[in-house]
Amino acid sequence: MTAMGLLDHIPYTRLAPAHRPWPRAAVADEGWQTAIDRLAEGTLTLLGFWGEPAAVHMALLDEAAAEIAVVSYDCGSGSFPSVAVRHPPALRLERAIHDLFGLVPTGAADLRPWLDHHVWERPFPLGSRGARQTAAYAFLPAEGEGLHQVAVGPVHAGTIEPGHFRFTVNGEYVVRLEQWLGYTHKGVESLMRGANLEAAAKLANRTSGDSAVAYAFAFARAAEAALQVEAPPRATHLRALMAELERLANHFGDIGAICNDASFALMHAQTGVLRERTLRAADAAFGHRLMMDLVVPGGVTRDIAPEGIAAIRALFVEVRKVFPRLIELYDNTASLQDRTVTAGTVKAEYARRFGAGGYVGRASGRNFDARRTLAYAPYDGLSFEVPVLQAGDVDARVWIRIREVEQSVALIEQILHRLAPGEIRIALPAGRGECEGMALAEAFRGDVLVWLRLDGEKRVQRCHLRDASWFQWPLLEAAIEDNIIADFPLCNKSFNCAYSGVDL
Amino acid sequence: MRKTLFESLTKGSLTEPAPAPDEAALAELANKVDRAAQAKLGRSLAIRQVDAGSCNGCELEIHALSNAFYDIERFGLRFVASPRHADVLLVTGPVTTNMREALLRTFNATPDPKWVVAVGGCAVDGGIFKGSYACVGGVADVVPVDLHIKGCPPSPTDLLKGLLALLEHVGGKG
Repeated sequence: MTAMGLLDHIPYTRLAPAHRPWPRAAVADEGWQTAIDRLAEGTLTLLGFWGEPAAVHMALLDEAAAEIAVVSYDCGSGSFPSVAVRHPPALRLERAIHDLFGLVPTGAADLRPWLDHHVWERPFPLGSRGARQTAAYAFLPAEGEGLHQVAVGPVHAGTIEPGHFRFTVNGEYVVRLEQWLGYTHKGVESLMRGANLEAAAKLANRTSGDSAVAYAFAFARAAEAALQVEAPPRATHLRALMAELERLANHFGDIGAICNDASFALMHAQTGVLRERTLRAADAAFGHRLMMDLVVPGGVTRDIAPEGIAAIRALFVEVRKVFPRLIELYDNTASLQDRTVTAGTVKAEYARRFGAGGYVGRASGRNFDARRTLAYAPYDGLSFEVPVLQAGDVDARVWIRIREVEQSVALIEQILHRLAPGEIRIALPAGRGECEGMALAEAFRGDVLVWLRLDGEKRVQRCHLRDASWFQWPLLEAAIEDNIIADFPLCNKSFNCAYSGVDL
Repeated sequence: MRKTLFESLTKGSLTEPAPAPDEAALAELANKVDRAAQAKLGRSLAIRQVDAGSCNGCELEIHALSNAFYDIERFGLRFVASPRHADVLLVTGPVTTNMREALLRTFNATPDPKWVVAVGGCAVDGGIFKGSYACVGGVADVVPVDLHIKGCPPSPTDLLKGLLALLEHVGGKG
């Protein structure tokens, strides 16, 4: 294996001089097609796909070797060969690239808008090209005797984010679900352009509020990679501590909410207490319940408060007492199991092909966790297990969360034990000319990818943030097929995909 | 299950005492509530939450209002599934252009008398998303707002203080 690894097998024209830590290579048609071939045959996984006014980039992962590379295709002519036509996991990202930049994927089978709902003042807000088609959005057809459609959203019945679900049902059974998102599109990537690192980090925190720490973590690491600096050990440990608290809070909330969608309110009430206690411990430790704006390029903005350590230890005493009992309750309640077991099954083949991260992938046999596969600091020095199951149903996604709660508690205890005195933030060097960085961080719902290019003044020229849910949402469409529509909330909650995180 | 239930019965309640209504919220509301409506609604309000493009941070804290610590329903405040059942719209986010029409339609589907509470920094003026091509900029730019609850996100206690102030007014005590 040479230093280039993955790029040995993809013909490229030149390497980007300041892209870290993984290589980025400019490719022409041959290289682009080779990359698509390897995605389509399953020897590479699509990790990200984003645009610029005159280029498109794909981040590729060789899972077996844990190698990553970015390939870039120049779109001087305003187009690029469609990836989605041969590799469906790229479809929504490709449609989003078209909406934002006006670049045309040649040969694409589906060029319906994704983020652009035809209410922006001008089309292609991040690009500069021409007029868009303005036909009304056409949902995919489903025809047959006795079929009817149920349209849900964007305003849903509960306190959840907006999106549209178009069900075609036969009696009670879902024949087809089609999602249409983009309702929370805020233009995060346009606001990133020209922002200094401080303002950009704030935006990263608010890409998806439930994953504020994970996004800030990935953003900070991408900026540090670009600037060739490393955060001090105490800072990386505090980042991981926050990230695991965030995971705990979300998993507690999800486990209860999934059971609640199966009308088992007791679990919801109990895990709601654990979630609240976790947020209060986070508040005591770092002064913000969701721990926003604490992880920044260079380190963290605030050290853990002594009373925060005490609050976390008290939380864990409670978790150790209550959580095993709740696991037993989940495992021994037949009426609950009747709903979760075999409902909303994701085939392992789909999870692999889409590179689905988080509990969606790991409940369907995909053994990937950015904390372990890419072993970024401080996880490279911590010991933990990555639970993987094969069943792929709602039940398996609950169990992955249960096991991850246990792992997060153990991780936080290790971190508290190892936390040595030291700096929590280093000053960033003066700008070093144009530089690029990329990083992944494992959020509670899966891997978040951040790619950025900084100018010589350390301002963001371009920043792309890719949520795990880009590769999870489409699997929900497949998982719900042949389930009854009344089980959709349950299946949906077991995915708990991001809206704001993918709408950007 | 028996052990969990038994402990819940014997251990005492986790629910915390009610915070005082927020003074600033009371002042903002002072001139906005119709006396006739007060008589009709008494001390009970049905709330419909509308995410108009938030990052979901506000939703997490709104969710927390229903947990055992805050137990919002003890005040006569409850979340409902349809704007047609609602007295109050609790709106978050910088109102993305993609959500503008849905917010308007939700507002129009809510029967009078009704109140709009804008939650979070974004809902005031767009917050950090201000100036984006994809955001309108504030809830008040789309529907009339009776009360703002600020914060990024506001804590459940802040939310409760604001909503209790609204309840005081609607209940005719303000």
